[in-house]
This record gives sequence, C-alpha cells and structure tokens, in this order.
Amino acid sequence: MRIDGRAVDGAPEPGQCLRTFLREAGATEVKKGCDSGDCGACSVLVDGAPVHSCITPAQRAVGRDVTTAGGLAPGDALAPVQEALVDHFGFQCGFCSPGMAVTASTLTPEQLADLPRTMRGNLCRCTGYRPIATAIRHGLCGDDGECGGCVRAAGAPAGEGVGASASPAPARRIVQGRERFTFDEVPAGLAHVAVVGSPHAHARVVTIDASAALAMDGVLAVLTHEDAPDVRFSTARHEHREDDPDDTRILDTVMRFVGQRVAVVVAESARIAQRAAALIAVDYEVLPAVLDPEQARSPGAHVIHPERSAADRVADASRNVVAATHEGDDVEQALGASAVTTAGTWRTSRVSHAQLETHGSIAWVADDGRLTVRTSSQVPFLVRDELARILGRSRESVRVFTTRVGGGFGGKQEMFTEDIAALAALAVGRPVAYEMTREEEFVRTAVRHPFRVSVRAGADADGRLTALAVDALSDTGAYGNHAIGVLFHGCSESMAVYDVPVKRLDAEAVYTNTVPSGAFRGYGLGQVIFAIESALDDLALQLGIDPFEMRRINAARPGDPLVVAGHAEDDLVFGSYGLDQCLDLAQASLAEPDDVPAPPGWLVGEGMATSMIATVPPRGHLADASVALSPDGQVTVSVGTAEFGNGSVTVHSQIAAEVLGVRRSSVTVIHGDTDLASHDTGAFGSTGITVAGKAVHAACETLRDALLRAGAQALGLAAEQCELTPEGVRALRREGMAHDDADTDDPATADATPLPRLAAWPDVIAALEPAHRRDGHAWADSGLDQRVRSVAFNVQAFRVAVRPETGEVRILRSVHAADAGVVMNPEQCRGQVEGGVAQGIGSALYEEVLIDGDGAIANPAFRQYRVPQMADVPLTHVMFADTSDELGPMGAKSMSESPYNPVAPALANAIRRATGVRPFELPMTRDRVWRLLA
Amino acid sequence: MDLTAVETMREARSRADLALAPGEAFLAGGTWLYSEAQPDVTGLVDLSSLGWDELERTAAGDLRIGAMTAVAALEAYGRTEPFPASALLWQCADSLLASFKVRSAATVGGNIAKGYAAGSMIALAATLDGEAVVWRADGSDAWVPVAELPTGNGSSALGRGDVLREVAIPAACLAARTAHRRIALAEHGRSGALVTGRRDADGACVVVITAATLTPVVLRYGDVPTADVVAADALAAPGYYADPLGSKDWRRQVSAVLAAEVVEELR
Repeated sequence: MRIDGRAVDGAPEPGQCLRTFLREAGATEVKKGCDSGDCGACSVLVDGAPVHSCITPAQRAVGRDVTTAGGLAPGDALAPVQEALVDHFGFQCGFCSPGMAVTASTLTPEQLADLPRTMRGNLCRCTGYRPIATAIRHGLCGDDGECGGCVRAAGAPAGEGVGASASPAPARRIVQGRERFTFDEVPAGLAHVAVVGSPHAHARVVTIDASAALAMDGVLAVLTHEDAPDVRFSTARHEHREDDPDDTRILDTVMRFVGQRVAVVVAESARIAQRAAALIAVDYEVLPAVLDPEQARSPGAHVIHPERSAADRVADASRNVVAATHEGDDVEQALGASAVTTAGTWRTSRVSHAQLETHGSIAWVADDGRLTVRTSSQVPFLVRDELARILGRSRESVRVFTTRVGGGFGGKQEMFTEDIAALAALAVGRPVAYEMTREEEFVRTAVRHPFRVSVRAGADADGRLTALAVDALSDTGAYGNHAIGVLFHGCSESMAVYDVPVKRLDAEAVYTNTVPSGAFRGYGLGQVIFAIESALDDLALQLGIDPFEMRRINAARPGDPLVVAGHAEDDLVFGSYGLDQCLDLAQASLAEPDDVPAPPGWLVGEGMATSMIATVPPRGHLADASVALSPDGQVTVSVGTAEFGNGSVTVHSQIAAEVLGVRRSSVTVIHGDTDLASHDTGAFGSTGITVAGKAVHAACETLRDALLRAGAQALGLAAEQCELTPEGVRALRREGMAHDDADTDDPATADATPLPRLAAWPDVIAALEPAHRRDGHAWADSGLDQRVRSVAFNVQAFRVAVRPETGEVRILRSVHAADAGVVMNPEQCRGQVEGGVAQGIGSALYEEVLIDGDGAIANPAFRQYRVPQMADVPLTHVMFADTSDELGPMGAKSMSESPYNPVAPALANAIRRATGVRPFELPMTRDRVWRLLA
Repeated sequence: MDLTAVETMREARSRADLALAPGEAFLAGGTWLYSEAQPDVTGLVDLSSLGWDELERTAAGDLRIGAMTAVAALEAYGRTEPFPASALLWQCADSLLASFKVRSAATVGGNIAKGYAAGSMIALAATLDGEAVVWRADGSDAWVPVAELPTGNGSSALGRGDVLREVAIPAACLAARTAHRRIALAEHGRSGALVTGRRDADGACVVVITAATLTPVVLRYGDVPTADVVAADALAAPGYYADPLGSKDWRRQVSAVLAAEVVEELR
C-alpha cells in the first residue's frame, strides 16, 4: 500500500478496517469520528475514489494508492478546496475537515448541483455547513461557485487586529489533517482499555470473575471497584468543586444505569482488550429501577443514592431530589385579575453533544515523575485538581494538557475518561489510552438534561405581563453532575429577562436510573426558554399583539432589576444592552423574501423567540495569562483555556496584536496545559473571550505599558511620547519632537540634537524593570477572577411551511440577531451563531436519545440518532447589534452557547402560527407534527 | 470499525469455498459488516474474489445483476437510461441512507441479503418482479422472488451458508413506467417509508411499500387504482413497525400518502 505516495509495508490484521491500519502507519490525518461509515471524518481516496476508511476492509487497499487530506496536494501545499475551506472559515474544531476536504475534492459537476444530497455522508457539528458548502463550491468552481463571502475573492486584505476576520493560526494544518488532536500522537509502549458496562439499570455487584480475561495473552490488568479509591466525586467540573454532588466513584459496587462501567480491561492492544472484556463474568443482584423523574420523586420510589446527604450536596436523597428551589410570590391573584392567561407543560428530550472527537485521554508517568494526562477536555486545570484529589496525590504531581480538542459543547466539562486512564496507567506502569467509541459516547457520557416545564402566565390588555409561574422538573439521570447548576441557570436568565410584577419558581432536579445528564450548550436555559417563549407567544396571539412587540413591552432594560423569582441576580449588570436592536433587526430581516419557496398546499407561518444569557458563569471564573516578547519581536501568549472550535485562541492572538502593535503572524498562543499558567477555570460558560480573553488583554496591556516605559527611558522621552511598533518602541510623531535628520521641517526643533527614532526590542528589554524581564524576554502576566457579569441577547425568527399529511417542516427563512458587544472576529462570531442555530435546529426537529423500557439507550449510533446533515440546515441570516460592553474586554461579550437557546421556541411558535396547533414536546419530529395535526 | 473477534480471512474462489466454518461470515462490500461490532464473527469469507459483478442484458432482454455489483454501478447504469424503468435504479440507490462513498462499495446482493426494511435494492427488485438466484448451502440452486426474501427487519429467508448469486429482472418489467416516493424523519435519513410503483404496457400496476413495513408489501392491480383505493390498501397493509427512525402510526400514514402520489404519477 502507498499512503500519500509513501510505501507502507505490513499486512493488515484480519478484520481490521482501513482507518486503523492507516493511523497505525502514522497517517493520523485520518480521523475517527463514528467508526460506522456515517460521519465521514475518516474519508480517504483509494486509487482516487473516496471511501469511508472505517468501513473499508484494510485488506482491500493492499497494493493500492491511498490519499489522505495530507496528500491532496504536494508537500505543504493545499488543494483548491482546502484553500477555500481556510478562506471561508469552513471549520471550527476542525475534526471533520480532513474528511470533508477529501470528499469534496472528488466531486463532479452533477454532484455539486445537489451538494446537500451529495455530502450527506459528512457530518459537521460545529459550523452549520454554510461556510463548508460555500467553500466547496468556491474551491471547485472558483468565482463561479456563487461565492458570496470569500475574503480572498472579495479582494479584502486578511484581517489582523480586533474587529477583523482573522484566520485561525492552524487553519492550513487543520484542513490537511495535520493539526494534532488527542490521539494523533501517542507515547511508546501504549496500552489500551476496554470497559465492561452494566446490563442493568440498577443492580448491586455481587462478584466479578476476571480469571478468563486475565489468562489471555496480552492482558495486563483488570480493574474493578476493589482497585478504585473509595472516594466520591462528581464527573462535572466547576471552579468550586462543591457546586456538584459527590455521588460518583471511578468504579462502584452499585450500578445505577445501563452501561455504567463495572470493570476495565487493560491490554497490549484495543483488540485484545475488547476480546478480554467479553470474558469477564459479573454476578449482579438486580434492584428495582426507576426511569421516570416524576415517579422518582413520588412516595414509594426506590431510592437511588440512599447514602448521600446534604453534606454531599444532595438536597433530599430520600426523594431522589438532588436540587430544589421554591421561591417567589403567589401568582393566583395576579392571574385572576389578568386580561388573558395561558398555561401549558413543555418537554425537552435527551440530546447527545455529538462532537466528532469522542472523549478520550492518555495517561502516563513522565520522566519527571508526574502523572501526565493528555486529554480531550474543556477544563484541564479542573481535571488535574480532581484527579489529584481522588488519587490522593499533590496537585503538583499531576499535569493535564490538551492539544486541539475536536468539539465539546459542554460535554467535555466533565471527567469521563481521565480517571480510568490514570488509574490504569498507575496500575500497569505503562502509558494507557482510553478512547471512547461512539457507542460509549451515547451510553456512558452525559446527555442534555431532559426537562418538563410547566408555565402559567398572564398579561393585561396592553400586553404587559402580570404574572409568571414556572414549575421545572429536570431529569439528571443516575448521577448529579451539573444537576444543580443546570437547574438554577436554566431558570435564571430565562425568567429574569422579563420584567413581571409577580413571579413564582418551583424547580427540582431528580435522579433516575438512566444515563446521566450533564453540561450541554445553553446549560438549562434552552429547555426553560422553550416553555416561557411558547407561553409568551400564546399570550401575544390571544391579545393580537405582534410577538416582537410583546417582547419590547416586557423585556427588562437597563435600570430594571434582573429578578428570577424570589431574588434578584445581584452580580448581573447591564454592561450594555442590545435586545432592542436585536428585535428590530430580526423583525426587519424576517420580512424579506423566502430563501426557499413554500411548496404548494403547505401551511406557512412565522415565529420568533428571545433569549438572554449572562456573559460569565456565577460566583467566579478564573483565568491567568502571561505574555512574553522576545528580542526579535515574537510574542508568545500563554493561557490555560482550551481550544475546541470556539475560536478563542484566534481572538487572543488578535488582542495581543492589537494591544502590542505587532503583526498577528508574530503572535503565538499556547494554551490548554496546566504547566502554562497557574490557573484557568476552563472553556465553558462562553468565557473564552469574556474571561480568558480579558486576562490576555490585561496581561498585554501591562506588558505594553512596561515596554513603553522602558522604551521611553531608552529614548529619553516620556512614555506618552512613544508608541509600540513591530520592531520596537518608537517616538511618536508629534509637534515639538524630531524623529530623524530628514524630518526637520519643524523650525522649533530644527536645531535640537536629533533623538533616536526607535529603541529596538533588545534595548527595550534591557531597560525593562526586573519584574517584567524573564529569560531575556519582556514578560507580564495577569490574574482575573471575573465576578461581575453582563448580559448578552439573541433573537431568532423563522418562517416555515408545514405539510399536515406527513408532518414535514420546511424552513423558508431563518434570521438571527445577536448582541455580542463589540464583535472581535466577525466571521468566527458568525460561525458560532450559525453553528448554534444548526445545533438548535437539531434539538428542535430531529435529535433525541431514546431510552427503552429497561433503561438502555435505543439509538446509540449516528445511523439512528439524527445529527443534522447539510440538507437539514438552512441558511441563517446573521446580524449583530451595535453595542459595546463595559465589562469588556474591549467591549466584547460572550457569543458561543447562546445562539442555540431561542431556536426551538422560535420554530415551535412558527409551527403553531402555521398550523394553529401548538407543539409542546421536543424534538418536533415529522411523526409528532403529523400526530399534532391529525 | 475493527472486527476484533475475527481471526481468519479467506478468499472464495469456487463454490466449494463457500462452505462456512463455525464463526465464519460472508464479506461482500463490507459496508454494513464493518459498521457494527461483530463479536460472534471469527472468520471472514471474502466474496469479491468471485467477481459476480455482472450488469448485463441477457439474450431474452432480462437484466442480470451479479450479487457483487456495487450499488453505485447500478445507479450509474440507471442514469444512462437504458430502458423505461431505469430511473428506478438510481432512485432506489439514492434512497439509501448511505453516502455516495458507501454506495461505491456496498453491493446489491449484500443489501438484499441483509433484509433490512429500508433496503432499497429490495424495493427495486420487488417492484420490477426481480428474482434472486440462491446458491443453497446444500449445493442446490433456487429461484426466489426478491420480495419474498426478507422475513423481518434485518433477517431473510437465506439460511446459514446460502449465498445470493444474482438477481434477474424480466425484460417486460424493464419496459414499464415507474414511480418513486420516499420519506424519512430527516431529509436524507434512513427511509421511514419507501413506496415504488410500476405500470406495465397492459395497464397492470404494482405498488410496493418498504421501509415502513417489516417485509415488503406488494399491492397488485389490473389497472392503475385510484388514489383512494391504494391509500386504503396501504392503510390496511400488515407489518408497520416502530423504531428510532419512525413510529408505527406515522409510517402507516405516510405510506398511504406516498402510495397515492405514486399512482397519481402512474396514471
């Protein structure tokens, strides 16, 4: 076989797929996404024809030419479609990009004519496909490809500083597959694990017989609860570990959901580990299981965590209630006096994050003696801290780092693999990898919390809300990771956005014997917003008030307190306010013509919804950053936060270039490593800019000021008389100062001794205060604990057509207005909005992780779980409000989670207005919509 | 994915090689086999060494499709419009969930032998009265209507060691007019209902429902029925089922809607 022109020896193992053979031969350009031929991340060419290498027998490629994304063009060059993917921001995390490029490179004009149909074998979870489709057309057809947004085609210069659409630094490597993800580099002597899962939703482990497995050649160890520390923790990671209940063990003696890990095989190869796992015999005492959250909190229900208490942060274990709040006023009187009232109960589904890189980590003891973990995580520092605690080690003896992370969406704000990899590596004294399969992603990570939300609301004849009561029930599954945070956050900004005189909130999060729920984009808001925005729509319909106007009448605005129900959110401030602009922008854009025509005979309607989100999670989110400038003018920014497609690192480089006055090409951002900074809470809660970016900004400003002082001293000037340039500190050109001999037209200074024009970096660094000199570099750092929080807004609107006989919903026009403050990178920010809308459409119309009658996942594969394909995501017109936030940095606000939140209610309201029947349950699949109207 | 239980892999070169040892399974395109864990498969017998990719007209004008013919090859052939019913070839190929990359490896025979309700090569052959040549494990040969091969969603009348050798479509059916409708819970998702139809020169009409029902439902009429009649027949048909890709009542409903559209097109 030849791989990208390189001859490779060795015979594939029987049953081995081509993807594994290629990666073991070093061709890590080929990614593993689904392992079942559905996602396309592993696409390669075999003798020029594209295949999914995960379902291609390796044997069949022997003697043939295999081309990966790294071989589409010679050397470091890119194929045209790869160039276009770079130019058009056709990736975010970049895990799908190599397969996307390989597939696109082969398309015929006939295939291009119906690109969504052609590309159904390539999934992207981040972008919403619009930039990918544009890039493919442009890459294959040039300017004839209906290319509307091509930076290069438009002749605009590539952006550099804040406010420009700067390209991510690794863009070219990403589209070639050469940027390293978690498993693209592995230590020598790597062992692998396979996990044995519980077949029961609730059972006590009686005995585990691993003798047959241990007798197999190549099996290094079998780990059970006897090998796991008797320490409880939460897989959820927060700045304050007390935010989550301590209810989980690495390996437990009680199984609380189908698929929970009961034993772990460590072996020389993944193949041996999987075979050995099948030989482990576990004897269970089956216990009664409760799968429904309403039953779980009802009298007589089996108690799932009887030994937990308030000391473990479980509110009422005897009722299976992890968290609860009952606050606010009685709404009965206000509702009784209202001109109109509405009431309903809305339900949301379990949703899988479906990031294309599965969870996984590699652990080993490094030469320096530290336990070292390379992992796919949004929170490397928090994982380090908890690993150290569980394993009884010092924090200093553990290092956790990430390389590029292939998507997260909240799912990697958890510790699902690092504990196993670390325990196994310490047990066998070798590096150990735990790379989850796609099935494991569904079975034993976490899903979006399913909510049941009842809303009662009233309004007066003018549309002013008189009362709002919310009763929320969240199903956290078998463990309480993120149960508390999601419940409280979900009910917070969703209620606080409206100024209502009487509010009531009753909310509980409940254990069931099902797959755990966890952090998911929006963190509970989307579920509650679905209910509240639907209820508001119903009031507007009753009153005959335009739905945009209904929000204008009732939205909180600067000067109003932000009240949830019984309490105001004291740390929330209006650092800026753009909801009014968002409503105007979305309403105006919705009035424009359809992008897709309505088929004859289908019912047409419009709907909209609003959402608010705090720009930072509550009670502190920390980031440390440092910045160093070398004598040759190279800038290195070190920051703890991880990059998983959110684009934060690009913005950090823009901030550094802007503040320090250097070219962005001379800025390198290193990130995601506990060795790089003293602390970083992590990349969640949309904090990549508002916290980590703000820390970078502060460090850069400190360094800038120090450099100016030092440069001024070297030049014999005051700091105010100097500026930074890529070469050094330069005297400002201003009246009363000479720059050089040729610049003496100012008679006042013509006779003065000319001052040196520029202090070069080595001279500036030599003149720096010692505190800002480190290893011959200029250096500054910052530490940020962001406790005051601002608010950002999103408004989504749709026009849809519905076919009552089949339940089909077609989106005719989709518009989204976002209040992101100062937009630091417009193309990246647009991408975050488009990706959020696409994921929202998935949750609203297609996606549901199904639980069967025994508690097992019924659809644990992309073949049965419908992640939106290119054909399922319409064009969304994205607009930004013109605001600048006081909390910054540089006026920016968060904009990565929140575009997801108003999508489902906007679609539901559009379907209601098209058909006259209101949907109450997500996803609004074709069969459900048909049944609504039947 | 890697089939981690597989120990042996051998190429079949003769009918004798098709005798399966315990744990062995036939490997055709491999696109389904390698897409799921196969803990019980310890050996593979590769059929690709047999050729079996005939795609040709016989002297009688029948279409002979070797079992190892790639779905994409059949699709491409259909797009050359060799006979009036040829649109159904590419329409059914494109009705699979599978991407064009999968279809270039997946085989017609594999799709039929697997017996999935949404196996659109079954729909194609059933609509055109296709017959399968089955090489029985006992050495005998059998001609079986393709419509009768599936016994459930993912099971077939093929016994262990039986091999689907080829499918033959009678010349008369190739000359018929055809129609095709499909729906899924997502635009290009696995079919929730696939309704195909054929109208012969003499007016006789066949409407086939697959994907919505566990096994193909073949409705035959002397003349093109009215939309109401075929919708009523579709609603009364047996075998509708529920799974994560569609509920039973919806599959039944949309089958009737699509069947009505099919006969309207064939009228």
